[in-house]
Amino acid sequence: MRVVVQEQPFEIGAETTNFAAGHKEMGAIVTFTGIVRDLPGNPLQAMEIEHYPGMTEAALTEIAQSAIDRWKLGDALVIHRYGRLVPGEMIMMVATASKHRKDAFEAAEYLMDYLKSRAPFWKREITDAGESWVSSKAEDEDALTRW
Amino acid sequence: MMDVLYFAWVRERIGIPREKVETSAATVAALVAELSSREERYELAFSDLSALRVAVDQKLTDFDAPLDGVREVAFFPPMTGG
Repeated sequence: MRVVVQEQPFEIGAETTNFAAGHKEMGAIVTFTGIVRDLPGNPLQAMEIEHYPGMTEAALTEIAQSAIDRWKLGDALVIHRYGRLVPGEMIMMVATASKHRKDAFEAAEYLMDYLKSRAPFWKREITDAGESWVSSKAEDEDALTRW
Repeated sequence: MMDVLYFAWVRERIGIPREKVETSAATVAALVAELSSREERYELAFSDLSALRVAVDQKLTDFDAPLDGVREVAFFPPMTGG
């Protein structure tokens, strides 16, 4: 398992290749990447992501370990950035490796659901109209009930 | 003495990211009450606890959590990762 919290961009191709290497007994690799999305009608200049150093790494490790245990994954990777990002930039990625694809897909969704509302990150949107903290959504909290 | 940390809009309302607090509060809720009685900026930040989350020694918990032996308490809005 690898958990990375960093300000600088990551290279998704290299990360995926590295992750897939050395897992000969795993038949499925699933990756998900989150991108900073522009806002229709209210152009986004930047997104600033704040986090809680120390707790962030611990929370991501705990979430990744619970996915590994539950789906008997061969491996899991979580990369999450912080700092100032512009539309089109990659914010984060997860990768899961399992024997068969169903487990890898499910585990990746689980990782994403938990990362949304249980990892200590806070997003702030900077637009032409002003700046505001992104509110959490009830549906993100509800998403956890299915696990 | 414990470290108290604030993130996102909680940090903005209180005006600092962290501070050392001398307290004998037994629970997180008691600490919140103590800080709120000190100054208006705390009262404002803690006015709606349903909009806040708390971590004790970097573990997510609730406002009833005991503070005995605790080194670090953090207050922040619901998280928006991913």
